[in-house]
Amino acid sequence: MGAIQPNVQEPISDELALVRAAKKGDDQAFEELVRRYDRNVFRIAQHITQNREDAEDVVQDAFLKAYGNLAQFQEQSKFYTWLVRIAVNEALMKLRRRRPERTVSLDEDVKTEDDSLPREVADWSPNPEQMYTQAELRDILTRTIQGLPPGFRTVFVLRDVEGLSTEETAQALELSIPAVKSRLLRARLQLRERLSRYFQKRAGGDGNK
Amino acid sequence: MKCTEFLKELTNYLDGALDERTKSDLEDHLAWCHNCYVVCDTTRKTIEIYRDSELYELPDDLRTRLRSAIMTKCGQSKKSGPQSV
Repeated sequence: MGAIQPNVQEPISDELALVRAAKKGDDQAFEELVRRYDRNVFRIAQHITQNREDAEDVVQDAFLKAYGNLAQFQEQSKFYTWLVRIAVNEALMKLRRRRPERTVSLDEDVKTEDDSLPREVADWSPNPEQMYTQAELRDILTRTIQGLPPGFRTVFVLRDVEGLSTEETAQALELSIPAVKSRLLRARLQLRERLSRYFQKRAGGDGNK
Repeated sequence: MKCTEFLKELTNYLDGALDERTKSDLEDHLAWCHNCYVVCDTTRKTIEIYRDSELYELPDDLRTRLRSAIMTKCGQSKKSGPQSV
């Protein structure tokens, strides 16, 4: 089995040129940056907040903050990584407002005990996506990832859905690389185990729930 | 290689971030340990399913509305100065 290939991302070669133009007051250049990354920011925000209206607010607030603070962007990371950090912070603030009774942070519910082997090792059907309609599949995937603690969910979304590197994810979340790797492993294994309930091979082979 | 050692390297393996020797040890383990093979294979499928899922796509009309609101607010904010990140 080979390695997972990263998501193909839009070209970033001219990203820095757009950022520098925007810093000089070129709003069209900034709008191009919005156009380039708004869908990513929306997905990340909705995964964290689990609320559509909050995600819309996060998209607006994150770009507005990026715009207002462009001069402070030191160009030591990609603009996108810097933007994601702003968006994650905005999304976590929204989540905290929605759940004032709980302290929500990226450290929440992150257990530190040794890795243990997954309990559920039943094999899956060859084409698990085809066991359900698109709507059912979306519902399963949404509910499953929403069950993860925010600290795991966010690392998984940045690394595996949005295709950020481990280093970029660490920068965006202000975590160490070992912390990102540890959370990613746990997130992947938890999701795998939870999805096994829906996707494992059935004796009858009909794939019904 | 024990199953617990395999599990520690699973993420690096799936990300293609292992040196040749560790990768070879891991694949030797996968060749005879069915449980670890299944865990590896279904973890890969988990990642691929989420990557291809198109959850939370931004609809075009909402996208246009948000971008317009962002640029309007950006224009207004030029007068009020920078905010804290």
